[in-house]
Amino acid sequence: MEERLLIVFPHPDDEAYGAAGMITQARQKGTPVTYACVTLGEMGRNMGRPLFANRETLPQIRKKELLDLANVLDIQDLRMLGLRDKTLEFLDIDVFADKIEEIINDVKPTHILTHYPGFAVHPDHNATGAATIQAVKRMPKEKRPVVWCHAFSKDRIEHIGEPDVIFDVTAMKDKKIEALRAHRSQTEGMMNAIDFDRLSDYPQMERLLTREEFWTYNWE
Amino acid sequence: MQPIHKETVQKKIQTFLNKDVYVHLETTNGAYASHVNEKVMTVGAFIRNGKVTISNGKITGEGPYRVGLQIDLGWIYAEGLTDWEIDEEGRLLLAGHDFEGRLAVALQLSEHPFS
Repeated sequence: MEERLLIVFPHPDDEAYGAAGMITQARQKGTPVTYACVTLGEMGRNMGRPLFANRETLPQIRKKELLDLANVLDIQDLRMLGLRDKTLEFLDIDVFADKIEEIINDVKPTHILTHYPGFAVHPDHNATGAATIQAVKRMPKEKRPVVWCHAFSKDRIEHIGEPDVIFDVTAMKDKKIEALRAHRSQTEGMMNAIDFDRLSDYPQMERLLTREEFWTYNWE
Repeated sequence: MQPIHKETVQKKIQTFLNKDVYVHLETTNGAYASHVNEKVMTVGAFIRNGKVTISNGKITGEGPYRVGLQIDLGWIYAEGLTDWEIDEEGRLLLAGHDFEGRLAVALQLSEHPFS
């Protein structure tokens, strides 16, 4: 069966940090990618360095950055769900899952990438992962797409073990840098502090740019 | 936004007195605060579109600044404010940015609900 990838993350830039390399790989293979971005990151605290955004202009700025990102990563189908940053965990999970289910029914993905509920640090990440899992659980087991989850809480290995899906994205490094840079209001300060010719001096960034890892969700 | 000019902000606060006003008040140290440093607690709070009537309001301090607004049954308070702007819609936006330019506190007043 031809692969179709659906990505469900809450904030513009979650995809750049977590999955820009694997998205690039997917697009190079010709795999259709749909990105459902749940909020506009309206409550982000990075306002650009030097400062160019404020609380009221940030949503439109981040929307533009998200469109730039889709362009950089050649994502043809970008959907903005229009929910509000920081509020996702307080929604009725079934109402949230309905919105994701609608997209699943439309896209019919073979693979879904979202956050691992409980192990993705930010409450919006955990809520988005949980609602996505909820939506997929409504399908009969044999019809469910494979769900890959992004996790980065400090206690993840202890609870969910080692990741089973690992992408070496070294060859996609430049694309990933470009993707991170697309979210200028959020990343410019960080990116300008890094000398990319001496990447080994920045182990965290080096890891981010070479390896992406996910956990296949286990339905048992 | 630009660095707070105390007298101008004070004048703008006066224009919001004794009428229905919508408030956005927020503070945050970032959703990853304790993920980045286990000795730090992640804290934050926001109110968006609180509807109040302000009877008296002042900006004080020498920078970063404080603002206190007296309302019918209590107070609205923000500390650590560094920058300000009156936006296209005539709203007063005040924010406190840390040394890396990240928003740590915001207090905003508008005569119409925030979107």
